[in-house]
Amino acid sequence: MWLIAGTVPENGFPFYTGGIWEDSKVEGDMLVLPNGKKLPVARGATALAATAIMASQAIGKPVPRLLLVGDCGTGKGSDEAYTWLSENLPSIAEKAGLEGLTFHYFYPDLDGHNRVFMALEDLKPKPMLVADAGFMYVAKMSGYATSYDLFTPDIGELAFLADEMAPHPFYTRGFLLAEEEDVPELLKRARSHDNCPLNMIVKGKTDYILCNGELYAKVSEPSVEAMECIGGTGDIVTGFATAFLAAGYPICKSALQAARAARYLALFCNPNPETQAAELIDNIGKMLRQNMELIQKE
Amino acid sequence: MAGASWLRKLANGAASLVGLKSIDSSGTNPVSDRGILVFANTSEVIAAERALQDAGFEVKVKGPPPDLQTGCDMVVVFPVLKQAAVEKVLKEARLEPEKIITEADALLDPVSLYQVKDLGRWLMIRAANMKITIDKETGIIVNISGGGCPDVPWLAQQMVGKKFCEAPRPISIGHTLCCYSLQKAYDELKRIRPCG
Repeated sequence: MWLIAGTVPENGFPFYTGGIWEDSKVEGDMLVLPNGKKLPVARGATALAATAIMASQAIGKPVPRLLLVGDCGTGKGSDEAYTWLSENLPSIAEKAGLEGLTFHYFYPDLDGHNRVFMALEDLKPKPMLVADAGFMYVAKMSGYATSYDLFTPDIGELAFLADEMAPHPFYTRGFLLAEEEDVPELLKRARSHDNCPLNMIVKGKTDYILCNGELYAKVSEPSVEAMECIGGTGDIVTGFATAFLAAGYPICKSALQAARAARYLALFCNPNPETQAAELIDNIGKMLRQNMELIQKE
Repeated sequence: MAGASWLRKLANGAASLVGLKSIDSSGTNPVSDRGILVFANTSEVIAAERALQDAGFEVKVKGPPPDLQTGCDMVVVFPVLKQAAVEKVLKEARLEPEKIITEADALLDPVSLYQVKDLGRWLMIRAANMKITIDKETGIIVNISGGGCPDVPWLAQQMVGKKFCEAPRPISIGHTLCCYSLQKAYDELKRIRPCG
């Protein structure tokens, strides 16, 4: 079983673990949890989860399971999830098996991260670990970034990973100067400070795929400019990567195919800057059926 | 994952016992998650500490690093990710810090540059990791992207679809540094396209 853990922007959202034990589904622009609770697929963890579910269904594989908690930025929901995960990961692994986890929008809290990380460290076999968004920030801050299997930063976030002093992208030195041509140097610097794992998808105008510490591929086509404006497009890439990893594809191929899949989705949907992520995600099944050969080519 | 987890657990447990963050027992290059508020005088430091503690923030008053030993002999250390919410509380208490910096490096400055991208009918402004896009004809916020803090989806939910002059200010509804970045982009948007 692959588990996606993240937050949803709803303070009153009750702590609910049913999504770990049963499948969730996507209906139109809503993510539907096993208890019938519907969450809008807009951006963030719901967009990642909906993408992973739609992609897994399209390739005929089991869908990832979900642990979503309510947090509008105060960190309270994230705190609850950090504590719950640190206490319950062993029993989840024992009851359902735990092949991998994708951690997403969490309030970055070092102590919470480290408690979860230590619980993960004790699991045998070790699950694969993917981190994006707030959890990636805190994974870097913790100094344990190299223990993760995949990060999915954009170029600005790569600059943050490369800056050994920055506690958050807001404080990254020279942030706005980070451009495409800087990526190789930023990758080198992030690696030299042990601030990233061996595998990454660096999302940008050109996506850079880092595999086993080396630049594995660059993906720049198809290219749709409006995607930069649309909230949730990065979540879609991480959602595809999660689906492919959960399906058992090798990590480098999963990363490459996730970058390609998001680009073919953009081409398929022909979005403009007003398009919402849910409109893109709704087309994942059709897009994958039509483009899987192009996405999977060597 | 590296071994010796029991050593880390032991170290973290010890750190917890003395009320320290586990940052000291983290991985190879941990980064401080604390920020520093510098005020003009000690009474403001004490007032800020009280206001922030009353608001539920985990803050401490400490001696400043050498680079900051001007104007005040104490600073308030706070969780830097909560900078937006901290500033909101201070503003309500009519307290204005002279400087806000990170503990990791007293010389680190927040991002102060913006990128403006004209996309024909739409305009996108980026500040640090946050981007806001409006329809130039209607002034409606059509998308908010970037950022990885948990209030980003919340901010987008509250702001997208509204005219930017009527939408809530990010800092009035958000809590994190991503919110703070979005506020910067929003301020820049208002500067280049003034409301009313």
